[in-house]
Order: sequence, then structure tokens, then C-alpha cells
Amino acid sequence: MTEPLIYDLGMSGRRGIRMPDPDVPETGIPAALIRDDLDLPEVSEVDVVRHYLRLSHLNYSIDQGMYPLGSCTMKYNPKINEDMAALPGFAGIHPYQDPTSVQGALELLYEAQRWLKEIGGFAGVSLQPAAGAHGEFTGILMMRAYHHARGDLKRTKVLIPDSAHGTNPASTTMSGLSVVVLPSDQRGNIDLEALKQALDDTVVGIMITNPNTLGLFEEHLVEVVTLVHEAGGLVYGDGANFNAILGVLRPGDVGFDVMHYNLHKTFSTPHGGGGPGSGPVGVSERLVPFLPGPIVDITSERDGVPVYGLVMPEKTIGRMKAFYGNFGVIVRAYTYMLANGADGLRKVSEMAVLNANYLMARLRDAWEIPYGERSCMHEFVAEGDLLDLHIMALDISKRLMDYGYHPPTNYFPLGKANSTTLNVHGALMIEPTETESKQSLDAFAEAMLAIAREAREEPDLLHAAPHHTPVGRLDEVLAAKQLVLCCRPLEKSETG
Amino acid sequence: MGDWNTPAGLKYASTDEWIRVEGTEGVIGISDYAQDALSDLVYVELPGVGDTFAAGAEFGAVESVKASAPLKMPVSGEVIAVNKAVEDTPETINEDPYEKGWIVRIKITNMADLDNLMDAEAYSAYCAER
Amino acid sequence: MSYTPHTEQDIQEMLAAIGIDTVEELFHDVPADKRFPNLDLPQGRAQLDVAREITRLSERNLPANQKTIFLGAGAYNHYVPSVVGHVIQRGEFLTAYTPYQPEVSQGTLQAIFEYQSMMCALTGMEVSNASHYDGATSLAEAVIMALNVHRGKRSRTVLCSGVHPEYRQVVHTYTQGMGLEIVGDTACYVDVDKLIALIDDNTALVAIQYPDFFGQLVDIQRVIDAAHEKGALACIVVDPIALGMLKPPGHYSADIVVGEGQGLGLSLNFGGPYLGIFTTREEYVRKMAGRLVGETVDVDGKRGYVLTLATREQHIRRERATSNICTNQGLMALAAAVYVSAMGKHGLRQVAELCYHKAHYAADQIDQIPGYRVNRDYPFFKEFAVECPRPVDEINRDLLGKHNIIGGYNLERDYPERVNQMLIAVTEMNTREEIDRLVAALTEVAA
Repeated sequence: MTEPLIYDLGMSGRRGIRMPDPDVPETGIPAALIRDDLDLPEVSEVDVVRHYLRLSHLNYSIDQGMYPLGSCTMKYNPKINEDMAALPGFAGIHPYQDPTSVQGALELLYEAQRWLKEIGGFAGVSLQPAAGAHGEFTGILMMRAYHHARGDLKRTKVLIPDSAHGTNPASTTMSGLSVVVLPSDQRGNIDLEALKQALDDTVVGIMITNPNTLGLFEEHLVEVVTLVHEAGGLVYGDGANFNAILGVLRPGDVGFDVMHYNLHKTFSTPHGGGGPGSGPVGVSERLVPFLPGPIVDITSERDGVPVYGLVMPEKTIGRMKAFYGNFGVIVRAYTYMLANGADGLRKVSEMAVLNANYLMARLRDAWEIPYGERSCMHEFVAEGDLLDLHIMALDISKRLMDYGYHPPTNYFPLGKANSTTLNVHGALMIEPTETESKQSLDAFAEAMLAIAREAREEPDLLHAAPHHTPVGRLDEVLAAKQLVLCCRPLEKSETG
Repeated sequence: MGDWNTPAGLKYASTDEWIRVEGTEGVIGISDYAQDALSDLVYVELPGVGDTFAAGAEFGAVESVKASAPLKMPVSGEVIAVNKAVEDTPETINEDPYEKGWIVRIKITNMADLDNLMDAEAYSAYCAER
Repeated sequence: MSYTPHTEQDIQEMLAAIGIDTVEELFHDVPADKRFPNLDLPQGRAQLDVAREITRLSERNLPANQKTIFLGAGAYNHYVPSVVGHVIQRGEFLTAYTPYQPEVSQGTLQAIFEYQSMMCALTGMEVSNASHYDGATSLAEAVIMALNVHRGKRSRTVLCSGVHPEYRQVVHTYTQGMGLEIVGDTACYVDVDKLIALIDDNTALVAIQYPDFFGQLVDIQRVIDAAHEKGALACIVVDPIALGMLKPPGHYSADIVVGEGQGLGLSLNFGGPYLGIFTTREEYVRKMAGRLVGETVDVDGKRGYVLTLATREQHIRRERATSNICTNQGLMALAAAVYVSAMGKHGLRQVAELCYHKAHYAADQIDQIPGYRVNRDYPFFKEFAVECPRPVDEINRDLLGKHNIIGGYNLERDYPERVNQMLIAVTEMNTREEIDRLVAALTEVAA
């Protein structure tokens, strides 16, 4: 069931799509500038269609089944979003067109800004960052710029809990700041004593994910924010888990200074096999001048109708990418926001949290749930390392594929092996999302219960899994040792 | 997991490097505990001969599929030889971390640094409680 | 409307299984005084109402790709073959997650492996990653990569002013916390000698664009050689469409090649989502950021693909990662791969030649209009600068208002010395008739 490489499907001289002949006189091209060869596929259009169709059959996707990937929020991607994004008035407009010819697009961006502000409780929003990590980098740069603008150059440290997603410390390093890791307490919260010890006038701020990557709501949230503010620091919120608190809590209301949204998680835009995403940032009043730009504002009025334009915030940190953001993704998210409305958005979180708690209740007899004495939010962690049975979270994940599911997240949160204070060895982070029905959850629970039994009675099924997927377990060691990253290695002469 | 080989006669750093002192020179590698935690190594980044480093400074790195770890100098020194064999075949370090899997040979520039290292017994105890 | 499928009965059964009475109880950890805020937003609507409202918004925009457009400057109206949209809209690609579990993601993984191979072929380089957000952020990542290659010992970047203004701004933004010195990008002209004079022993990277922002094909070999002489890396920012015809930077010994892949089958989309191409030499692969797909085998020896060298990335290296990038532009890379496959080596060559011939025809005709002068300092590909008799914004207003033509980019906006200069882009989508109409219109609005 191996699909040949596109290159191998072709034949020398076979043509794909034909372009018209030049309808203008030809101009000579300086010979020295022209390339000798171009090693690209020579296939017909039907070869292309068949190749990619067959490749698509090798993928699992939300459209096919449940994807309980913690912190990824794999909810249904509504098709109406796709149709709206494909409208010629959105797909066909050039970013540098005169603003008078794109007022509809600017209004959509303005409204998307307004909805996100209201949902998050923020005073300003920029839609420019292209993904969550990009939004994090933006947020840290703004926090740094804020302190510099106050004349405070002493602050160089960012406090980050050990349960945080890897992008948090990576974004901090890119900003030229250093990371101080905060341990967690026995209930999975940020350790307050450690926080108090770490806070001083060299701290830029703290990065909090709430609920955190264990799916737990920070029980001392208000106190954490107060302590950080009292020490002169700012509070950054990683919005990856925002699906738990839409219409339930506005981070701005509890004092968050900046938060990034993941439109490709919370707001239903499709993951696309690895992007594109969109990571807008919302900020409190004091960070508004530092937003990256341009952002959209009402710049004037004509006959009572607002005229929209692009403006650069007065103390902007600069541009995070060319143009304005992943506009096509924002159109999809805005369509989703309009369809849900305030009531629908709250329903999203209520059902997401209900689904997670229900699933946890169904699994807790057969699976150990670290921190299981607490109720969870939209996701929870099950212990995947069954040390006495010599079974690792990886084996569980591979066996789940045989039951027709994409496995839960297990590359984070980091467990004991990575010297964190978390009470987990091998995490299975499970997030069902609100678009799964009770039947769907029950079916998944049955699969997990079956695997728990197999772990005790037929462990080899797990060790050798997966058995029913297009390929068996793949050799990642070989892939790293013998790097094959390109199917058409260049002749040495070409790279000179 | 559990029973790691920790030969006597070597000195160990808390960052899991070992050093075998030979007069004013030293041979450095990573411990059995370290290679076990990293699992199958796929890449080793070696320093250049002639490079000098202070104790605790990063002189290279080792990588497996799931982790990447910096190599830190247990003592200050100048690199006088590197083990090309582990560059070509990183799994040598997994198979034989103390002999064939040596990584660099140095000229020790501050013998007093050795006093900050653990002996085999102390290092074993340290690993047991991790 | 929401997309939740729960019936009242479902909810009651689930609450019972959990052991609570109401859904609200699940939120007991949320501070009571802030719980369930009243959002000043409308209630949800039925799909057809939403469709109607958003379609109305879209109709208040002028879709450039259906009009006569000569505007480029980093985003181009190139042909998007139908097959691209049909492939990327397949749910198996569109709604799949990042391929961390390779056994159920071979479709995405192989498609990206093929994409990587095509980008290597186009740029003449040895390895490609799976994409960055866009051309601008690719360049910023190249700057950071060069700093890492030099292990932090060099702190200068030489950035040619011919690199897209917004790309240069992004480099400044990205590096504001790194103590980096950026030189070369304040001039309004491109002078290769002056650029080379700025390269010193503290230079980590020299970056130049090809074709540059003004459409020009400058002598990149000279710049690359000068960079190498001082031990600096050379990064070329390219237009992949141009590489359908022109010798790639790999041929000139570039170290890093980045660029904007929008022209490879992506719609204009008001500036995004686009595609950041990033290719480099194999010796630097461990310093390269971004996802990477590698070939391997499974337990039965069957060929398969996995994300590899993950130890470079943030989820393993955390604060020691060279970049924080996680989600990239996977679907756009797939679109580019479909485009390149469907067009093939011959099709891409044809597109490049059509752009070249049509742009030169337009330039020749415009040069003959009194009051207009085309800048011919260097050979050009599909864009060229024209000195106009009136301010560009005024000319464009008349072109659109009276002639229904979207004119070129106002260069004075970013390069104050280029007074009244318009950057005109011509692609395979512009017919001769459209070009002739542009010439007639420019003649009329000259006064």
C-alpha cells in the first residue's frame, strides 16, 4: 500500500497544464541567466489527481473520526467556513489594493478584532500573528517593550510553569530574555511559595496557561496575577486551552495583560496537516500602544458609514509578518463566531468541559488519572506508562490506531523523566471537544477499556502495534541517523 | 532502568559526564545513566581540536530521537583529541560509554576543578534518587 | 447555532455518570464574581443568515484577480489551476492534524516530503523545511540561523535595501531582543559595491533579493562571493516563479535561500495565508528551524515518512530551541506541491517566460509615452519601476475610477527618493489587450 513518489509517476516529456502561447513579441533573455535544467515532475493532470487522492486515503482526519488530542482542540471544521473564505471578494483581493476597494475585508477584520476583544475582555487586538507560537513571541516582545518604555532595563526573566508547552520557553529565548521554571504543587497548580520566591524586580512577567496543560483550572489564579502585578511584572496568558472558558471567564477580567488566541483550535479553523493557523493577541489598556501592526481602525466617516483603514499603533513593536495576518483563516473564524454568537460560544465550553469530565468518569476505573481527585476542564491526563506491565504511553497510542482513533497527545506535558514536578510518567492528554456526541465518547471509552484489558492479558498486541494502519511502526532512529530529506539529491556540480 | 554501570576510578559531574584522569590529561564521555536516559543516539556534535573551555561550559552535544543534551566540561581544559568514531557511529556511546564511547581528550588547565566532581559511589547514589 | 450534538437526555445521563446535577457545577474553580460574563455580542444565527451577511461583506470588495491588475510588490495574481483547490479541500488533508503520529499521517508526510524535494529542485539547494509563515518570517529565521551557525560570535547582518520593505521590518522586529546590528537597508537604491563594502569579519549574514523589490536581477554572484570571503553566510530571497526560468541561487553557491511561495498556486487572500520557503545546505540542517520530513522504513521494511530531527524543535529543546515555530503553513505547502506537479517543469518554464515577455512588452510600450520613463539600471523579470509625470496615488485613483485598472505600487511610500515612481507587475494573467489598455490609460492620465 505504498504510493509512488510523484516524480516516479511521470515520464520524460509528459506535460501537465498547458499555458497559452505568448500574445506579445518575445524579448531576448540574457543566456547567462537561464537555468540548464529544472528537476520537477513531468506528469499529466490525471496523474496529479490520482496521486493526491491516494495519498489522502493514507491520512486520518477529523472529517473521518474523533481526535482526542489534548490542547489541540480538534473540533469539527464547519464547511460553511470554507465556502465563505473562498468567495472571490475575499480570496481574490490584493493586500495593497486601495482601501476604498476593500472596505468589506477591512470591516471583517475590524469586527473580528472587536469580537475577540469582547470575548477575552481586552482593550486591543492585533490579528497579525500567524500561529500560536507567533502570538507568544509577539506577547513577550510587547511585555519587554513596555518595561523598556518605562525606562526599566533590569527586567530580563520570564517565569514559566514546568507544565508549559515548549513554545513558551522557546518564545522567551527568541525575545532575548531568560526562563525561570516554576514547579507545580500537589494539586497541579503553580506552586505559590516558589512563585513568591522567584518574584523580584528583575522579572518581566509570567506566562500562564489556564486551564493548564493538565486540563486543570488554576485554583489560585487571582492570587498569582495579584502577586505578579505587585512585583511590577506582567501576565501573559497562553490561550491554547481557551476552549474551556469561552463565555465562562474573560482573562482580561482577572487581570491578564496579554493573551494569544489560537483560531485553529478554539475557533474551528482547520489544521490543514500542520497549518495555516492564526494567533491573534489581545491586550490590556497599558499594552495597546505596543501592538504589532498594522491593525484595522475606523479612520473616518462618509454619509454616516464608517470608513475603515490600516493604522500602526504608536509604540508598536513592529511587524510580525508581511501584510496583515492569515486573512483567509480569520474569515473562517469570524464566520464561526457569527454562527455561534455569545450564547453558542458559552455552549461550546460547557459541552467541551462536560464531555471531558464524562469521559474521565468512564475511564477512571481502568486508567489511573493523576490529579483525578479534581474535576477537569476541557481535557484531562491519563497515565500512559504502565511501568509494572512494561507498557509505555507510546504503545497505548499505537494500539489506539488499530481501533480507528488518532491517539491523544503524549509529547507533553513532560513527565518525571524530564525532571518536572508533575505527577505523570507518560502522559495521555485527552481532549474530546464539544462536537463529539455521547455515542462517540462511549465508543472511544470502550476502546480505551479494551486496551486496558489487553495491556494486562495480551501485551504483545500493544508492543507490536499498530497492525491495521497503512504502515507499521516507523523507525524514527533510522530517519534521524540516515537523513533522507529530499527524493532528488542534487548533482554536486549544481551546488558548486 | 535501575542498575547503571558506574566504574570506580572515574570522576563524575552532576550533568552526567565522566572524566578519567591520566596525569595532566583527561578523557571525557557520558555515563551509562545518561546514555540509558537518552536512548539510541543518532548524532554527536564534537568540538574542534585546540578549543578551550571553562568548567561547566558547553563543548558539544548528543542527540537521540527524543532528546538533545548539551555536553558540559567537568573541568577546565583544552581539547587535544576528539573521537571521530562516535561522530560516525553515535550508538557506540550507548554500547560502550566508558571505553570505545569516549568523546574528547583534554589537557586539564585547572586541576582544582576535579575537587568539585563526585566519585563513583556518590554519583551512583545521586542517580538512584533521580 | 452551535455545532454541539447533545440532546437534553444526553446531558442528564452524562451529569449522572459524573455525579453532579448541573453543568454550571463543572466551573466551580472559576472565580465566582467573574463567572459567566455578559458578552456585548449578538446571539447565534442560522447558517443561511450567516452566509448572507458574510457574502454581503465580500461583495463590498473589488476582487483583483477578476479585474485588470498590474499590482505586485510581494503578492501576485498568478494562475491558480483548478486542481489545487480540489486537492486541498479534501477533508483528509484539510482536517488532518500535524503528522506527529506518522502511521496515520502518511498522506500529509509524503506530500510534504515531495514538496521539500521540489523546493530543493527550484532553488538548487540540498534541504528544505516544511515551510515558515511567509517569505518575511523565513528571512527572519535565516538571520537567526546564521547567528547560530556562528555560535553567537558575530552580530552584524547586512541587509540590502532591495529586499522587500516589510521583510526588512520583520527582521528588525524579530531581532529586537538579540543585540544585533543591521546595516545596509537605509538606501533608496541598490548599489552592489556599497553593499559589499559593509561586509566585515563580524558579519553573520548578507541578504539580497532576486529579483529584488524593484524587479531587478542584480549580480548576486558578486555579493555571495564577497560574503564568503569574510566568512559570512549569503541568503538570497527569491521569487519561485522566476526560478522556473532563471539559474537558481544554489548555482551561485548561496548558503540559504528563502522566499514567498504565494505565486505557486495560492490565491491573493488579502495577504495570507501565504507560504514561507526555506532551503539551505545539508551541513546546516541541524541549525535550520521548522518541521522536516524524512524518509525511513517500518517494521516490515516498507518505505514511510516521519517528522525527523525533532530535537531541533521547541517541544524537545524548549528554551534551547533556535526557533519557537510549531504550527506552520502545511496546507499551503501542499497547495504549492500540487501546483508544481500539475504545471510540471515545462509549465513552470512557460509561466516564467510569459511573465518575462509580457513585462518587457509593457515596459517598451510605456517607455514610449511622453512623461514616463522605465528604470533600466538592471535587467528585470516581471516587475519594473516607472518614473511617472504625476504622483502615483493620483494616477492610480484615475486608473481605477476611470479605466477600471488596478495600477502598480507606489514606491515613494517606502523609498522617499523615488518620487512619483510606480512599480508595475505583469504576469501570465495579463493579456496583450489589457497591457495595451494600460498604456492608453497611462497616456490619458498623464496630464
